[in-house]
Amino acid sequence: MATIWVIVIYLGALLAFALGSKLFFRGTSNDYFVASRSIGPFMLLMSVFGTTMTAFALVGSTGKAFERGIGTYGLMASSSGLIHAACFFLIGVRIWSIGKRHGFVTQIQFFRARYDSNGIGYLLFPIFVLLVIPYLLIGVIGAGKTLQPATAGAFPNLFAHDNPILNGGVPPWLSGLVICGVVLSYIFAGGSRAAAWANTFQTIVFMVMGVVAFILIYNVLSQAGNPSNVAARVNEKGQVVQEYKYDKESRKLTKAETPKVVGRLKDPKEAEKWAGKQPHLTRGEVTIIHKAKKDGKLVDKEREVGVPWLMFLTYMFIPLSVGMFPHLFQHWLTARSAKAFKLTLVAHPLCIMVVWVPCVLIGIWATGLLPWGMPPAAILSNVLKTLIGNPVLTGMLTAGILAAIMSSLDSQFLCLGTIFTNDVVLHNSKKKHSDKQILLMARGFIVAIVAITYILAMLLQNQNVFDLAVWCFSGFAALTPLILAALYWRRSTKEGAIASIVATTVVWFYFFAKSGFGGEYFILGGVMPVAVCWFAGAIAMVAVSLATKPPSKETVDKFFP
Amino acid sequence: MKRTSLVFLVVFVLLAILHQDFWNWDNASLVFGFMPTGLAYHALYSLLAAAFWGIVLKVAWPQELEDWAEGGESK
Repeated sequence: MATIWVIVIYLGALLAFALGSKLFFRGTSNDYFVASRSIGPFMLLMSVFGTTMTAFALVGSTGKAFERGIGTYGLMASSSGLIHAACFFLIGVRIWSIGKRHGFVTQIQFFRARYDSNGIGYLLFPIFVLLVIPYLLIGVIGAGKTLQPATAGAFPNLFAHDNPILNGGVPPWLSGLVICGVVLSYIFAGGSRAAAWANTFQTIVFMVMGVVAFILIYNVLSQAGNPSNVAARVNEKGQVVQEYKYDKESRKLTKAETPKVVGRLKDPKEAEKWAGKQPHLTRGEVTIIHKAKKDGKLVDKEREVGVPWLMFLTYMFIPLSVGMFPHLFQHWLTARSAKAFKLTLVAHPLCIMVVWVPCVLIGIWATGLLPWGMPPAAILSNVLKTLIGNPVLTGMLTAGILAAIMSSLDSQFLCLGTIFTNDVVLHNSKKKHSDKQILLMARGFIVAIVAITYILAMLLQNQNVFDLAVWCFSGFAALTPLILAALYWRRSTKEGAIASIVATTVVWFYFFAKSGFGGEYFILGGVMPVAVCWFAGAIAMVAVSLATKPPSKETVDKFFP
Repeated sequence: MKRTSLVFLVVFVLLAILHQDFWNWDNASLVFGFMPTGLAYHALYSLLAAAFWGIVLKVAWPQELEDWAEGGESK
C-alpha cells in the first residue's frame, strides 16, 4: 500500500503544480495553444526533452535491451543525440522564426501558407492523427505494464490475478483511466503553459529517479563482483543460463549451484563461438529459443539478440521524426526567443545519455534474473519491484516512470486538440468564435481521441511498446523531406508536397501492414522500412516539384529571409 | 554555402560515419568494470554530439534569421 500512496501523492503534486500555472493563464486561445510564446530556455529544454522521452525511452528501451542487448542504445539514443539536435537547429529555429513572423500556431497552418494550398492541410490532418495514436497507445500501455507489477499485493481481493507477479496490482484499465484523467485535467485547465510546467516537473522527477534507481540496482547487483556478470550467459552446450539468483528476503545475490537454463541457441553449431559469452553485452547476432507462456501453455519462442549492421545503419532515419512531430512543433512555437533553443541543442544529447544508459544496462542485467518470457514492457517495473525492497522507494521510482509517460501524453493530447480546432474547425468556419468556444472545441476533440486510444490500449495490452513507437516515429521521419523542402527549397511546389505526403503514406502503410500492424520489421537483411519511406517521399517531392509550375515569388518570399 | 557551414556539414557526416562502429561489434570487454565497450563508446558519442552542437551554436548561430523573425509582425 505504501507504493500506492507514494504514487497518489506524486499525482497530486503534479496536478497541483500544473494547475498552479493556471494563475498565469491569460484565458486566450493563443495562450492556451502556444503559451503566448513566452517559454524560456530551461522550460523549453524540459518540455522538449520530457516530450521526446516517453514510455519508449524508459519502459521501451529497458525491454528492448532485455531482448536485443546493448545495441539498443546505439540504435536510438546516440544517433538521436546527433540528429535530434540537427532537427532542432535546422527545423526548430527556422519554424520558430516563421511562426513569430506570421503568427502560426500549428504546422498545418505553416504548410497551407507555404504551399498556398488548403488541401494539403486536409491531407496532413488525418495522417498526423493516425500517427500520433500509436504514440499515445504506448503511453497508456506502458502505464498499465508499469503500475500493475509495481503495486502487486496491494489489493489481493479486489484485483486478483493468477500470475503472482501481478496479483493484487492495479489493473491496466484503472491505471489507464487515472493517467488519462490526470493529464486531461491539467491540459484542460492550462493548455500549453500547464504542459510546459508539468513537463518541467516531470522531467526533473524522472531524471532524478532514474539515476537513483540505477544506483540502487547497481549496488544490489554488485554483489556479483560487477553487475554485468549477472547477465545471461551461454554455456559450452549452447544453453543460455542464469548463473545468479536473488533472494528478496535476505536481499542477497548469490551464484546458483546449478545455473538455471532459460534458453538454447537455435543453431547448435554456434555453441563453440558463444560458449562462455554473454550475448547481450555485444551487438553480435544470435538467435535463442526460449520458453514463453501463450494461452496458458509454455511454448518455444525465438529471440534475436544483437543487431544486424544494416538495421543499425538505417535506424538513423528514425530520429528525424522529431522534425515533424506536431507536438514538438507546438513546443517550438512556444519559445520566447530563438535563443531559447540553445540550451536544448546542447543539453538534449546529454539528457538522453543520462536516461538511456541506465535503462539499457538494467535491461541487459535483467536477462540474468527475470523470466525470458516476460513481456518486455514489464521488465523495468519488475526489476524495481524485485531488487528494491523498500515500497516507498519503489513508489517513487514508479512515479518517475509515470512522469516520463505523462510528460509526452500531455503534449500529444494538446497538439491534437490544437490542430483539430485551428486546422479543421476554425479554418472552415465563416463565423467568428469566441475564445471560450474555441477552447471547448479543442477539449471535445481531445476527449474523443483519448477515448479511442484508451479502448485500443485495452485491446492491445501486450503489444511491444518499443516496436509500436518505432512505427510511429518512422511515419513522421519519412515526412521530413516535406519540411526540409518547405524550409530550404524555394522551387518545391504544392504538387510536389502532396506527392511526397502520398508516397510516404502509401509506402509506410504497406510495410506497417506487412509487419502485422506494429511488430518489428525490416527488409533485405536489416533495412528499416523508414529508409524506403523517406526516399519515396524525397523522390516524389523532387520529381513532381520539378515537373510542375514553380510557386509564386510573392508566396515564397514570405518564408525566406 | 558559407565556409563554416561546409566545415560543420563535413564534421556532421564524419560523426554519422563514426556512429557505425563495426570495430566494436563483438567486443564484450568492460569499461569502468561494468559497462560493455559498445555501450561506453556510444555514451561517449553522446558527449561528442553535445560538444559538436555547442561549437556550432558558438560559431554559426543564425542571427539573421532571428532578426528577420523579430522584424515581422509579432503575433
